[in-house]
Formats: sequence, structure tokens, C-alpha cells
Amino acid sequence: MRYSFLSLLANGLTGQKGWTPAWRDAAPKPAYDVIIVGGGGHGLATAYYLAKVHGITNVAVIEKSYIGSGNAGRNTTIIRSNYLLPGNEPFYEWSMKLWEGLEQELNYNAMVSQRGILNLFHSDAQRDAYARRGNAMRLAGVDSELLDRRRVRAMYPFLDFDNARFPIQGGLLQRRAGTARHDAVVWGYARGADTRGVDIVQNCEVTGFLREGDAIVGVETTRGTIRAGKVALAVAGNSSRVAALAGLRLPIESHVLQAFVSEGLKPVIDGVITFGAGHFYISQSDKGGLVFGGDIDGYNSYAQRGNLPVVEDVAEGGMALMPRIGRLRLLRMWGGIMDMSMDGSPIIDRTPLPGLYLNAGWCYGGFKATPASGWCFAHLIATGAPHETAGAFRLDRFRTGHLIDEKGVGAQPNLH
Amino acid sequence: MRIPCPYCGARDAHEFAYLGDATLTRPDPAAADAADRFHDYVYLRDNPAGRHQEWWYHANGCRQWLRLTRDTRTHAIEAAEPARRDATQADMPGAAS
Amino acid sequence: MSRLNRNRLEAGGLIDRARPLDFVFDGHRYHGYAGDTLASALLANGVRLVGRSFKYHRPRGIFSAGAEEPNALVELRADARREPNSRATVTELFDGLEATSQNRWPSLGLDLLSLNRFLAPFLGAGFYYKTFMWPAAFWEKLYEPVIRRAAGLGRAAREADPDHYEKATAFCDVLVIGAGPAGLMAALAAGRSGARVILADEDFLPGGRLNTMAGEVHGQPAAAFAAHVAAELASLPNVRLMTRTTVFGVYDGGTYGALERVADHLAVPAPFQPRQRLWRIVARRALLAAGATERPIVFGGNDRPGVMLAGAVGTYVQRHAVLPGRHVALFANNDGAWREMLDAAATGANVETVVDVRPNVAPELVEAARARGIRVFTEARVIATQGRTLRSFDVLSPGGRERLAADTLAVSGGWSPCVHLTCHHGGKPAWNEALAAFVPGATPPGLAVAGAANGTFGLGAALREGAGKGAEAAGALGFPVPPLDVPQVEDAPFALTPFWHVGESRGPAFVDLQNDVTAKDVGIAHAEGFRSVEHLKRYTTLGMATDQGRTSNVTGLAIMASLTGASIPETGTTIFRPPYSPVALGALAGHHRGKDFRPVRLTPTHEWARAQGAVFVETGAWLRAQYFPRKGERDWLETVSREVKAVRASVGLIDVSTFGKIDLQGPDAGTLLDRVYINTFSTLAVGKARYGVMLREDGFVMDDGTTARVAPEHYVMTTTTANAAKVYQHLEFCLQVLWPELDVSLASVSEQWAQIAIAGPRSRQVLAKIVDTGVDVTNEGLPFMGAVEARVMGGVEARLFRLSFSGELGYEIAVPARSGAALAEALMQAGEEFAITPYGVEALGVMRIEKGHVSGNELSGQTTARDLGLGRMASTKKDYIGRVMASRPGLVDPARPCLAGFRPVNGSSRLRAGAHFLPLGARPETANDEGYMTSVAYSPHLGHWIGLGLIVRGPERIGERVRAYDPVRGEEFEVEICAPGFIDPEGERLRG
Repeated sequence: MRYSFLSLLANGLTGQKGWTPAWRDAAPKPAYDVIIVGGGGHGLATAYYLAKVHGITNVAVIEKSYIGSGNAGRNTTIIRSNYLLPGNEPFYEWSMKLWEGLEQELNYNAMVSQRGILNLFHSDAQRDAYARRGNAMRLAGVDSELLDRRRVRAMYPFLDFDNARFPIQGGLLQRRAGTARHDAVVWGYARGADTRGVDIVQNCEVTGFLREGDAIVGVETTRGTIRAGKVALAVAGNSSRVAALAGLRLPIESHVLQAFVSEGLKPVIDGVITFGAGHFYISQSDKGGLVFGGDIDGYNSYAQRGNLPVVEDVAEGGMALMPRIGRLRLLRMWGGIMDMSMDGSPIIDRTPLPGLYLNAGWCYGGFKATPASGWCFAHLIATGAPHETAGAFRLDRFRTGHLIDEKGVGAQPNLH
Repeated sequence: MRIPCPYCGARDAHEFAYLGDATLTRPDPAAADAADRFHDYVYLRDNPAGRHQEWWYHANGCRQWLRLTRDTRTHAIEAAEPARRDATQADMPGAAS
Repeated sequence: MSRLNRNRLEAGGLIDRARPLDFVFDGHRYHGYAGDTLASALLANGVRLVGRSFKYHRPRGIFSAGAEEPNALVELRADARREPNSRATVTELFDGLEATSQNRWPSLGLDLLSLNRFLAPFLGAGFYYKTFMWPAAFWEKLYEPVIRRAAGLGRAAREADPDHYEKATAFCDVLVIGAGPAGLMAALAAGRSGARVILADEDFLPGGRLNTMAGEVHGQPAAAFAAHVAAELASLPNVRLMTRTTVFGVYDGGTYGALERVADHLAVPAPFQPRQRLWRIVARRALLAAGATERPIVFGGNDRPGVMLAGAVGTYVQRHAVLPGRHVALFANNDGAWREMLDAAATGANVETVVDVRPNVAPELVEAARARGIRVFTEARVIATQGRTLRSFDVLSPGGRERLAADTLAVSGGWSPCVHLTCHHGGKPAWNEALAAFVPGATPPGLAVAGAANGTFGLGAALREGAGKGAEAAGALGFPVPPLDVPQVEDAPFALTPFWHVGESRGPAFVDLQNDVTAKDVGIAHAEGFRSVEHLKRYTTLGMATDQGRTSNVTGLAIMASLTGASIPETGTTIFRPPYSPVALGALAGHHRGKDFRPVRLTPTHEWARAQGAVFVETGAWLRAQYFPRKGERDWLETVSREVKAVRASVGLIDVSTFGKIDLQGPDAGTLLDRVYINTFSTLAVGKARYGVMLREDGFVMDDGTTARVAPEHYVMTTTTANAAKVYQHLEFCLQVLWPELDVSLASVSEQWAQIAIAGPRSRQVLAKIVDTGVDVTNEGLPFMGAVEARVMGGVEARLFRLSFSGELGYEIAVPARSGAALAEALMQAGEEFAITPYGVEALGVMRIEKGHVSGNELSGQTTARDLGLGRMASTKKDYIGRVMASRPGLVDPARPCLAGFRPVNGSSRLRAGAHFLPLGARPETANDEGYMTSVAYSPHLGHWIGLGLIVRGPERIGERVRAYDPVRGEEFEVEICAPGFIDPEGERLRG
């Protein structure tokens, strides 16, 4: 059903009894044109754009748990397109453009809120690196501003300007960046895909692949065998495990990233701030909680939880940046499993196995990519060719050396 | 996480630096297919959910590289051996594997 | 005094009537006693309205007596010490306490946003997702700012937190979490065995429910028994009793996070006292004895101030000697709550009514109630309440509907064991049908559970289980456990009929009081398909508030189960994430804030440099001299230019101790170096140094530096400052993992050697004056790239390297770190006649750019040796790390940006690092991006700005002009590509 003032009014007056399921809890059919493995933001967006843009509606999204149970519901909700390298920047900007029209597109309020992201710098070298990045963004037609210390102070006067170990010198600002309500993105895409005929199958875990020769022609699941013309993986965090069922090894390690939310507060921070002298970034949700995070724990993990040293490191970064938060309380912490790729950038590509497509390696940046990831993956699945903004996300780039290494740390996933 | 360093005793993991998969062997650079082998060595990982052999370096301790056997689902550590012991054992006559 | 507390009983309770305390709530002054919480003191003073709810701004009172409190959240203290969302129920009263209600405007009594309640029919679950979309632009401009202002609860302080915090680590054999009956017994059993025991409890008074119950244990009042056990524990040297300490998280390897509130019960911490202390407790075994939390029944108007958990009523009466009201009623589904009320009545509470959903209640309870004149309704339910604060409520019973007066309605729907910590490793609690509660499922390794937390609700059973499990934990670790005389307490049978929600409710029936989630919201979630527990939670926000759903999760789940027709365990389980209760960020940060955020590393000559007037700059962990301004210099540029000129004209000195220094010894040291550097070191002559480049295994440059051979089997390596630790770790990896057969020993000696560079045409003369007799520093004795061990300053051992980063004749002199400052002084003295000039890292940077040397900005981890013009150094006669991968097509592509120099076409333009290069006349877009400027400097020698940069096919384009495009600074210049050495390209100066 379409959401409008009228539907809200009618339901308000009738005791909220008229609402119908946002999406059908479908049972799997024996066969589909396309099966998307993974009911997170990326998988659901892929299904939505397959149906919407390419008219491919005989599609199932299969999810081992409930939709949005992975990183889609475990991130810090930041959206931005402030990338340096030409392999990344057009893609993330395309994503930002899709974010900007998302609510109207989906008739669902995902609370996309462009309150800006400010990356602080604390040294001349960092300033130069941010200038390089900001200029690269401008060349790609993306907004960026390099602020000096005075302008940063005018924006966020409560940051530690006078007693800092690493004094704030300025920041790179992308005003169009911001946050979105992560769960709503999942639900909005699910609802949109469902409306267009896509089956969303929950509690359905892939246990193997159906093969004809090299080709992948379906999946074995906990809910039976399902055949498919094409099988597309969007299972970040578990990409290696699922790919291993098809005999593939990937350039990916799974690592845990912790995230944190404080108790609800009246407005403290308007936009997103990242600390440049430690691992810490922070924003405030519309509900009032400070949402923040830092570095990954740094060791292979599938445990969806981390350890105290990183918790402390994040709090230290927070206090170094904003000493007014000392008496605010951490309410909850959780961990998500990141597909840490070997160069820190994602993969949207065909695999060596005909019929099997891969969307993986999002590191800790997958949420902001959700719309474009879905768009470009759908494009690849439907047309067989990469979308123009995602052409660099090839699986063979590690072989050819066309890496997309924003940080320049090389083949060590826990440093990206 | 507490890592049972064979030299220093159990220490918190924050004293250590992590490198990753310890089952990989640096390929022969003179092999005809060295480029392929190095690609696999540098970039491909089994990344298992479960038992994992991995390199940790006791950076703020004895500065020894350790081969840990750890479960990536529970973080439980089964064994921590010094890297160098592998070599001495392998050099010993009759060493298994 | 007690007359001031109109709801205080004349006697009893665990309060110290000799210690009255003053406090202020919302500007009104009140009185309480030591031993009170803010909540008990407010109730004693008859304050019933303490807050407003999150969404509808409904009036709220005190609901519980513990950490589970959803309603009574206040702003505690003021100004820089303001602590929003503080639970009045766990806030220990102190003299001068100041608290303010929150989330209301203009006042608690008159809150304009309470008008939201009229919109409530439209504001159901998921409302936000369905609206605020029209017109599109209004979200950020109008709707969202309004929502953001209305949302949230308390206000953060505006100023920096003035208190400080500590971190500490403790080790023990047995950690006991919770000092209630089970925890006390466990600690006693383990403590008497000699095991190192830590007993932690969040309360300021150990005892748990022993402090809140009527009756005796071991022949003395329960609280006295608790105090007796606590006293023995405190007397045992191997036991640490930590009150005001909340264990909030279970981490790997038996590590527990705990927060000790050291000074929260004082107005301000004593001098040098931390406000709180973060503990990492490493325990071989742990026992969770955290008790259980009562849960309510959901009914219409159940959020009205005056509706309170039955156990909380008991706690206020027994522990604090406070009557929460004058007319008390009970609404329950279990025997325990009856007993609680009967005890309260015996202590002095005026209990008038008991409403039980069960048709049959134990006759002895009914009789006992009637004997006290209490009206009893069975098979009955409360369907509505009235009053701004509770005045009356409606009962629906087989006898019909009746309105009854009450100002306090005690509610009990059963008990939920505090399983939180058992979930922190992903363990899911298991449903226990008999208890109608989730009990611990799989627990983290080493953690056992006892007492009510384990579903063992009876006091006698809890005491026994605690003693048993405490003994078990100590015994398993090999401690001899003496038998323990566990008090005998007879437990009444547990009798409860699950009941969750009064379907006949009139008015909103709240499941989650703090987030204003109603039973109807759960219905909406069900209708819209948000039926999995996580979807329910996320869609309605049930259980997401500061109480983490302690009193609401299970009821929400049960209501969803009743809607789907599934059982509760089929519907799902509630999991808990750390922290158990919210933890102040300041405590997690400890001392690491402000200047102490990270340690500072100082060079051996720091004090000397300070005396020379240096301005320091943070470079990683180091503070280094940036430049040395002199009187009359207008800006840093003038200073730096003077320093550069002085070096090029005469001589200057700079501390370069921050470079990583690694000592390599052994017969295979040369072999190891050959394998880690792209060039060859095994053939290096003793007494010589060589510049080397090392790659990562993926073929990109990792680091550079000079390595000298000081003896046949002894090399000394230098690394960049930034990569010192990384390179050392890499070398150890090579040695221990890749090639353990190599016989080499490594030592990091970065801290052991001070190293000072002197540069400039006069540097040899200066050096000659400080070396001991017989040390030959002539061009023959110490030629370019020479490296010798020598004595300086009259017997100080030293290493002399003839190296140059600046392009001038130069030396680096290394002495033991303790002699660094003396060396600087000696060089200053020796150089006096040449006007020797201390220079900083800025001048060093200028000179290296003039010379075309690469540094951190070029060693970005994204560049190959070839990119940096160093490709020719690579040996083709050996393998080395990174060689194979460096030959991939993407790394040898001739179109890769390569190092070049740049000068402005208009000589006066200031160049900027980070500017991108575009062909002249090309549109500014990514397709035309040819590279970027990596480093820039003003060259006093040339009299204009110069730069280094990476540009496509740079070396082939010398003389070509391109555009340096820098829109983020609103600048762009035409620049000419040139060779990257601006000064003495032939290197005559440094060889002279």
C-alpha cells in the first residue's frame, strides 16, 4: 500500500488497524531467473533495481536470518562520497545521487539527512592529503571544501581546540554527506522489490550450489533446492564462506568492527565528524543517541563482537576530540563482520564460474554504497557488463595490479 | 582477548600486532608460474569460520612472531607456538610433515 | 527531622537517621538521609512526578528501585558536571545533590510537548517511515530539525568534563558478580579456600535482596546477616570487595569490564581522586549472581506516576523506610508479590487492595490479606487508571467493573533473571516454562551462574547454589574448599501464572515505558510483517532505550507471540549486548584526553632545542623542532628561509634521532638485507653506507633509508620516522617466519642512539673539532657514504656517517642517547665561528625538496620504485620481497604518474601540495587528471616556490607546462615540469 497523508490520517482515525505487511514473507519457488543470496541492503537494492530498471521480476532474495540482520542493521549509518581514487569516486557519487532521491523513489522515509561530514586534519601532511582528495572530488563533480581551523571552530566550537595533543588544523567538508536510517533503507527496498514481484525468502540459508559443469544453475538451501538462471552473492561479512561452497577463494578476510551508541540526548552534533589523529567518528541520530565508532578489532573474526582495547581506543578518541562527552554514557556496543578486501575496495564482478556473480569486499563502507551497489550489481546481472561507475571493481585487479588502495597500506586487510 | 605467549605468559591481545593467515608459504620466486603463485599468496585467503592459524607479533613484549590456532567464531585460542620452532622442528630428522 | 519526610516511617530501614542530607530537585529543596537513593528520598518527600516520557511527554514517576528504571531519569548535577539521563533509583544521595527533570518545556508540571498525546493516534510505530516525505525538500529543512529537538532526553554538558578518570587492571581466581545472597555465599566459599576473589556489586551496600526483604536469615535480620558476611569478606586478605562497581561486559579470555564509581556519591571528587575507575578484571573463573528483575503486566494507563513494580514498593518500605504512597494496591499474577505486599503491610504500608489475574490463589495468602483488611480480587485485572498522578484504577473481575482509590499500584508479572552477561559472547537465553522466564543458555567460557540470575528464585536455594558454585569454582582451580555452613531458609513454592497484557485495557497500555511503545504498537508491527524479534525491536524501538528493555523485552515478545500464535521460544529470545548498564565515556577514556591523549616522544636534544627557542610540531608520536625563530622575523617562512640559507652557506644542525635505527648482526645479515631491499647490500664494503629501498610483497614501496656496514657481520639500518616500528616488525617476520634458517640477530636501537645531522660546506670543519684525536674526517678518511665507528667529545663512543639529505656536504653523528644533548652543545660550540645554525624539520623539508629526495608524501604506499624514479636501483640479479608482484601490468604501466619537479611559470605563485595536474586547456574532470603535487617548498636559493609531484609520464615531459588545479583553495597556476633536483643535480657539493 502506498503511504500518503491520507493513509496516515485514515489509519490514525481507525485505530491503526488498516496496515498491511510491508513485504510478503515468501516461500521459495522451485526456480527463478535470478537468485540473490543475502537479504541485506545490497541484496534487496539489487532486487529492486533488477525489477525497476531492467524489468526482471522473477527474482528471489534469500536470507539466512531476517532481512537486514547483517551489516545493514549494524553500521553507523553514514553516507558520503568523499573518495580519492578514480576507481571509487564516481561510484560513491552515483550512490549519493541515488540517496538524494531515495525517499520519493521508494515512498519510504529512510531519513536521508545531508548534514555534512567533516574530516579533521591535524598536520600539514594530512592537510595536503585532504587537499588532494578534495580536489579529486571536485574533478569528479562532487562538492568538497577545505576548511581552516577558524571555520572548523565556527562550525563545532566545542571540539578541543585549546588543549589538544594533536591540534585541529582544519577539515575537509562534504556538505552533501550525512546519515540515513539504516533499517529503513532495508525495509524500503524490501517493500519496493516485493511490490514489483520479487520474493523475499527469510530463514533460508544457502548450503551449496547447483552446478552443471562449471556453471552455477541454482542453490541448495535449508528450505530446499532452488534453480536459477543466475545466482548473485551479496553476503558481505560471509562472502568467503559462501564462495567457498562454490570452490572459490576470495581476496577477503572477515574482521569485526564495533559500533557504539550513547543514551539519547538533546541535539549535540549536527553532522558527522571524523577525528584525524585517532580512530573515531561520530554523529547523532534523529532519536538523540550519539552514534560512533573507530577502528576494526584487527583479527579475523566471525563473532559479531569485539574486545575492550578498541572500546577504550574509541572512547579516548572521543574524549580527545570532544571533552564535553565525558559524562555521557555509552548505551550499547555491537560488532559487525566486515568483508575486508585486500586493497580496501569492493568487488562487483562476474566470477570464474558462469552464472555466479559477486558483490563483496565492502570493508566498513558498505552502507553508504547500498543504492549504487544495488544499481550496479543489477546492471551487471541484467546486461552482463559492468556499470560505468563500477568498472574498476573487478575481481582480477589483484592479478593485474590495478588496485584501488585509498589508504596505501597494501595487501593487509586489517589496515584498510 | 588473552594470548598465551610462550615466552611472556598470557598477555592482552593489544600488546600484539596481527598479520593473518599462517598457513601460507612464500612461493618459489623462480617458478615458471611465480606470478600466479604470488597472487594467491599475497591476496587469496581461506578466511574460515572456525579454526584459523594466524600470525601474531608480540610487538610490546618479546618481539617474537607466534603462530596462533584460534577459532574465529568464538575467539578461543587453542595453541600459541613460536614461529621459529617450526623451522627447527622441520629441520630435525624424522619430523612429521 | 523525619517529620520533614512525610512519607518516611518512624523507624527501620538501612538509612542513617543521624546523617540528614539536603538536596534540590527542580529548584525545590528537600531532605533525605545517608543510605537513600535520590528516588527513595523523592518518594519520602512525596514527590511523585519526576519526568516526561520520550515520545508523548506523558508524566512519569518512579517505577522501580534499581538499574531497570525506565522513567525516573534526571539531569544530575549542573553545568560542566551535568549528567543527563541519570536514573534516580541508583543515584546515591549526597549532601548538596542537585537534580533537574528533563525532556520537558517549560517545566515538568506544564510541558507543552505533552500536546503530542493528542496526536498519539497518528504517531504509532513506524509512523516516521511513512511520512515527512512531502515535499521532498522539507525533510532536512523543517521536519528533521523539529524531530531532533523534540527527541533525545537530557542535555549534555556544554563544557569539558572537569573530572578525571582512571583505568586499572586486576587479576583474580574467582570473580563474583553481584553481592546478593548467592554472590555473598559464593565469595565466602571461594574466599575461605584462599583463592583470590573479587566480589563486585553495583550497589553501595552489599546484600542485594537481603537488604530489601523482611525476615531473618541465620537468626538475624537479613540485612544484618549480609553485613556480617560482607565484614568477613572484607577482612580476608585474598578477597577484594568492590561496591559501587558494575561489571558491564564479558570479553575474551576471561576479561571482564567493570566500572567503579569512586566519587559519584560525593558532590565533587576529592582532590586527586578520580570520579570513576575502569577496571579490566582478568578472572580464571567467574560467577554471575546478578539477581533478577521484576517485570510488569501491561495494562491501560500503566505509566501513570504511582504505578510501580511490587518489588520496588517492598524495597522502599524495607530498605529506605519510605512509603511510596498512602493507599497501596497490588496487581499481580504470582505469590511472591503477595508476600512482598504482606511484608510491606506488616512494616507499615497501607495496602488496601490486591488484584490477581489467577482464579485460584493459595488460601493462606488470601486469608493473610483479608486478615489485614485487604480487599482481594481474583480472576481480575486492572484495565485503566486515573489521575495526573495515580488517584484510582478500574478493576474488571467476575463481579464486574469497579473503580478503586489508590495512589500506589504495585505491579508484578513475574521475574526475569539478569542473564545479560551470559549473552555477551552470543549465547542465547533459554525459555523456562515453569518460571515463565528466560534463563541463561550457553555462557561465556569460565562463567557460571547462580541464584536468581540462574532462575533459582528461592532465597534458601540461592544461598545454597551460591555456596556450591563458589566452592566449585575455587575447587576447580585447585584450592582446598572448607565446608561452609549455609543458612537454612525455607522457600515458599514458586507460584505464577504467565500473564502479559490486559486485553480489555482502556487507554494506552505501555510495554516499553521509556520509549513509549504500546501494546498497540506491537500490533502494528505484527500487521506490517515486522514479526521477528529484531524487526519488532527495530521498528517499534522496543527495548532500545537506556534501560535496554529490562522490564519490557519479555512482555513485548510475549505479546507478539500471542499475535502470531507461536510460543514465546518460537517467537525468539531477547539478547543483550554490552554494557550491562550505561558507562560514562570519560571512564572508558581514562587519562587519555587533552595533552595526555597519546604519549609524547621527545628527542634527546628536546631541552636543548627548547632553550634555542624552537617551535615544536607533532610528527606522529614525536615532538620535533619545526623551526627556530629569531627576534624580528615576520613569519615562519622567513625563519625557515634563513635556516636553509645558513646551511647552504655555512653549516647547520638538526636532531634526526627520530629515524628508526635497527642493528643487524650475524653471518647472514647481508643476505637478509639483499632480500628485503631492492638493491644489494651484501657487497657493501665495511665502513660504507648505502641508500636502500624496500618494497612490500605486493610490489609497492614500503620504506627507504640508509644502511651502513660497520663490521663484516654487522649492519646498522635507518628507517623513516613513521615506519620505524613497521620495518622492524617486517624484518622480524622475514627472519622468524620466512627465512628462519638465516643466522641474524636484530635489535631496535632507535631509543639507544641520539643522532644529529650537520650539513653545509663548513660541516667537516665542525666535525673535525669534536672528534677525538686520530679520527680522520678528511674526504679520504671519511668519503661520501662513509660510515665509521669513532670517539667524540673526549671518549664518547660514536658512529659517523657521511650522508646528506639536504644535498650539502653533511654528516650524521650518532652517540648514546644520554650524550645527545651534550653533542648538540658541543657542535654549537664547535660551529660558533661558522655561525652554526640549528634548523628544524621545515628547513630539512625545504632542502630535501630542493634536492629532489622523496619523503613521506611520496612514500604514500601507492607508489612503486619506478614511480619515484628509483626503479634503476632494483637489482636484476637476485630475488627480493615485492619483486614478482612489482612486475604486474598495473605497476609497470608507462602511463603511471611518476616523480617530477615543478616550478611556477609565474615565479611569484605559491604552489600547494594536493593540487592536481591537468593538461593546459583541458576541462577539469577526472578523465583529464594527470597526477598531483606531493610536496612544495619555497626555495630561498631559487627565490620561488618549487614542488615535487607525480604526473603521468613525468620524466618524458620536462619543460612542458601543465595546470596545477587546486579548487579547494580556490587557486590554480600554470607550472612547468622539470627534473626533480633543483640544486646541485650532479651532487658535487656532497662529494666535495
